[in-house]
Order: sequence, then structure tokens, then C-alpha cells
Amino acid sequence: MLDKKSSFNGSESIASLVFLILGIVNIAFVLLICIYLIIAGLPAIKEIGIIDFLFGTRWASTATEPEFGILPFILTSIYGTAGAIVIGLPLGFFSAVYLAKFANKKVRTTIEPLIDLLAGIPSVVYGFVGMLVLVPAIQVIFNLPDGASLFAAIIVLAIMILPSIIKISITSLEAVPNEYELGSLALGANEIETCFRVTVKAAKSGIAAAVVLGVGRAIGEAMAVMMVAGNAANMPSLFESVRFLTTAVASEMSYSSGLQRDALFSIALVLFVFIMLINATLNMLLKRGGKR
Amino acid sequence: MLNTASNAASRKLYKNFMRGCMLLCVSLTIALVFFLIAYILFRSIPYFSIDILTTKPSYLRGTIGVLPDILNTIYLVLTAIVIVLPLGVGAAIYLTEYANSPKLVKVIEYAVETLAGIPSIIYGLVGMLFFCQFLGFQTSLLAGSLTLVIMNIPIIIRTTQESLKTVPQGYREGSFGLGAAKFYMIRTVVLPCCIDGIVTGCILATGRMLGESAALLFTAGFAHTLNGYFDGITSSGATLTVALYVYAKEQGEFEVAFVIAAILLILCFITNYLSQYLANRMRNAHNPQGQR
Repeated sequence: MLDKKSSFNGSESIASLVFLILGIVNIAFVLLICIYLIIAGLPAIKEIGIIDFLFGTRWASTATEPEFGILPFILTSIYGTAGAIVIGLPLGFFSAVYLAKFANKKVRTTIEPLIDLLAGIPSVVYGFVGMLVLVPAIQVIFNLPDGASLFAAIIVLAIMILPSIIKISITSLEAVPNEYELGSLALGANEIETCFRVTVKAAKSGIAAAVVLGVGRAIGEAMAVMMVAGNAANMPSLFESVRFLTTAVASEMSYSSGLQRDALFSIALVLFVFIMLINATLNMLLKRGGKR
Repeated sequence: MLNTASNAASRKLYKNFMRGCMLLCVSLTIALVFFLIAYILFRSIPYFSIDILTTKPSYLRGTIGVLPDILNTIYLVLTAIVIVLPLGVGAAIYLTEYANSPKLVKVIEYAVETLAGIPSIIYGLVGMLFFCQFLGFQTSLLAGSLTLVIMNIPIIIRTTQESLKTVPQGYREGSFGLGAAKFYMIRTVVLPCCIDGIVTGCILATGRMLGESAALLFTAGFAHTLNGYFDGITSSGATLTVALYVYAKEQGEFEVAFVIAAILLILCFITNYLSQYLANRMRNAHNPQGQR
């Protein structure tokens, strides 16, 4: 009897220890990623000099006198993301308002799976279709020598962030208490006015969170952008071939060595810092939204 | 009083304008989804054949088959799911059932959120540094699947946690009341109740793994050799997404790229449908009226 009890306790305490470890492993993963990126990323920054690295305007990693300025990549990532938000946000926002407040149930249950599908399509497939449809179209419409440009990347990114903007916005629009809307309707506002002046205002931190999530998605996207943006290390310009932070890492990694390779890790570190800032903003917004 | 008429007119204009915007955006979004699906499916149909699905690429015979890529994808996803499942479910159990220090829970949840926000290209780099170089796995499917494990832990944790929370507290108390110890209770009462949630998490993770490419480029490699499981897992191999990228961007083989894109799209349909189906089933199971 005593024996049985002690083995019983033994398996229980082993189980709780194992679960504790499985929980803590996640912290270890994050630390692993941070530490590896910092260890791999700092040497090149030190060697090149942080000012020259971050604000240098020329990237010529394979030249005889190599230069490692990543300002073109940083600016391209920022412009590309901003462009994607400018196109994707209105599209996603109005779609979300319609689906959350005006669509009848049947329409909504047909459309929502389509949005989910859009979210699930792999990024290479977006890149592939962009490469075959969008890039030639841009080339013809704007009469360019090559359609692979920042503009093509912006459109692909806008489409890719659409599902997350729509879904988060719908969730936050639905979380608005019904009384707000009833009150507004009772004061004589029509449905549309109620929706855009009351419901949307009440849901604004959720919608802001959707935007920030979209920013995170867009800035971290690599493959689709690599297939449509042309990948030349130019300063960003709407109809020129450009390189993003992500594609800068991906396009040279396979043949890089020495300082060039270290510099690629430094780019990844810069990207990581960007992402961390975006995530912190997102958490803040979500928390604020949750408290209300 | 005089401007009531103009006020009413401007209100009407506002209403119509906003309604127009919403309808326009929703129809654009839907048109986009249909265009993507139709374009890929129609363009790929002429290239589908038994040959392309059952052979490997061979320069001698001039054939390109996608069988190795399909097998590599299956090996990769299976390995990653088998590893990520205990890790994720265990961590979720710790967080919802065992954790007694709110501070630690907060840190772990923050770590999981961070993991969810890191872009895949960074996972690819760290995976390359840690699994391929530091642990000496070389560029192999194993290194690729371990990278995917870290990427997908957050999904498994989140879905498991959600379904753990839907298990009524009374079940736990009843089980304790009958003298069950904690681990026994979790094993026999709590976990069976949230099988659906765990399976949903697996399907979501599978969907994400199927679509992943940037993280695999430098960890799993590009090879198209036909291998059994144990040879395959230790050697380099391209998954469907990576193969699509290589064929489309670097080799210009659009026929096979279309076939792969169509396969990926169909897989995406299937995973979306399955997770939707399970989510509905779960909602009904926990809704007493649905049980009637």
C-alpha cells in the first residue's frame, strides 16, 4: 500500500516537472533566437561601423572594395510596408465592416471561408502569380523596361495582409457592445452613420492592432517579395527594382562568405529589432483594447 | 433650419458613399480570391499527368516530376508534427493546469507571442546556424523540420489552451473529488475532452508548414532526390514550396511550377476545410443546445 502510494506520487511529481520544463522550453527558444542573432549580427556592425551600416546608401557586397550600407533596404522595407497598408487597409477595413455589420448570415458564411483561404495560400504561390500576372501587367501599363518593382511588391503585400486585417477588424467590430449602436440608432442616426461614427470609433484600438499585425506580416515577408521586386540594391523608387531587408538576406545567403555573410546576419538583426518594436506596439494596443 | 434639406442631402450622400465603398471593397476582395483560384487551376490543368506526379526530375530523360518534392513535404511535416505536438500540448497544459506563479506564466506567454511574431526568414537563419551548423545536421529535412517545430509551437499552444479552457471546471473538481491525482485527472478527464482542439491545432500547423518556404530555403535545401523516410530525413530536400520557388524563379520551368501551385492550393483547401469542420464540431459539442 505504502509502495503504491509512493510510486503514485513519483509519477505525479515527474509529470509536473516535465510540464514545467515544456513550458520553460519556450523561453529558451526565444533566448536561443535572440542570442544567435546578436552573436552572429554584431561583428559585422562593429567592423563596418553602425553609422556606415545603417545609413550608408550603397550596398556593393561583392565589389573589390565592398560597401555595406543598408539604408536602401531599410527604406524599401518601410516604403513597401507603408504602401501595402495604404492599399490594403481601406480594402480590408471596408470589407470587414460590411461582413461584420451589414452582410446577412448566408453571405457572410460564404465569404469568410474565402478569406481564410486567402490567409492560407502559401507566399510562394502569391509570388508566382504576381510574377506571371502582375509584373508583366505593370510593365505594359506603365511602359517600363521591367515590371519587377517596388509597386509590384506593394500590391502583392497588400493582398497578403488583407486576410489578417479583415479578420482582426471583424473581431474587434463585433466586440463593441450592442447598446452603443442601439443608442445611436435611437438618436436618429441611420445604420451607416451608426456603424462608421459609433461602432468603428469604439473598435478603433482593435483596428489599429489589425494594422500593426499587417505591418509585421508585410515587413517580414520574404519569398513573395523576392519573386516580384527585382532584387537590385537601389534606393527605393516606385517603379524601380528594389531589395527589402528580408530579400537582402535571402538573395545573397546561399553564396556569401566572410564579412558579406556577417553583414547579412546584421541585416537579419536589424529586421529582428524592427519586428520586436512592432510586436511591442501590437501587444500594447491589444492590451488597451482588452481593458476597455 | 434652412439647411436641413442640404443636411439631409449630405447625410444621404454620406450613406450612399460609404455603402458604395463597402460593396466595392468586398467585391474586389472576392474577385481577387476567385481570380487566384481560377488562374492557378485553369493554367495548371493542361500540365497535370500521371508522369509529373510519379516521377523525379531527370536530365537524361528530360522529365520533371514532383514526386520527390511531395515525399519530402510529407516527411518534413510528419516529423515536425510528431515533435511539436508533445512540446506544444505540454506547454499548454503547464500554462492552464499546473502553473502557480503568475509571473512565470506571463513570461512564457510573452515568449510564445514573440515566437509567433518572428518572420520565417529569421527562423531560417537561426535554424541554419543552430541546427545545420552548431548541431551538425547539415542542410537536411531534419534541420528543416526542427526549425518548423519552433515556428509552430505557438499555434499548438494557443489552440490547445483554448480548448483546455472550454473543459468545464466541474469535471476537474469531480475528478479530484473522486480521489484522482492531477496528472491522472488530466490524462483521463481533461485531455480526452479537448482532442478536437488539439487536432485543429495540428491541422493549422500542417497548413502553415505546407506553405512555409523562407525558413526552409537554408535549412532543408533544394535537392530533388527520391528517398525513403530515413534517408530522406537526413539528406537535403526541397519541399513543394521551395521547389515552386526554384522552378519558377531560377529555372523558368513554369509548367511544373503551375502543377505545384495547384497542388499547394488544393492542400490549402483541404486543411482549411478540415479545421473549419472541427471548429464547428467543437462549438456544437460545447453548446448544450447543439447536443440535444
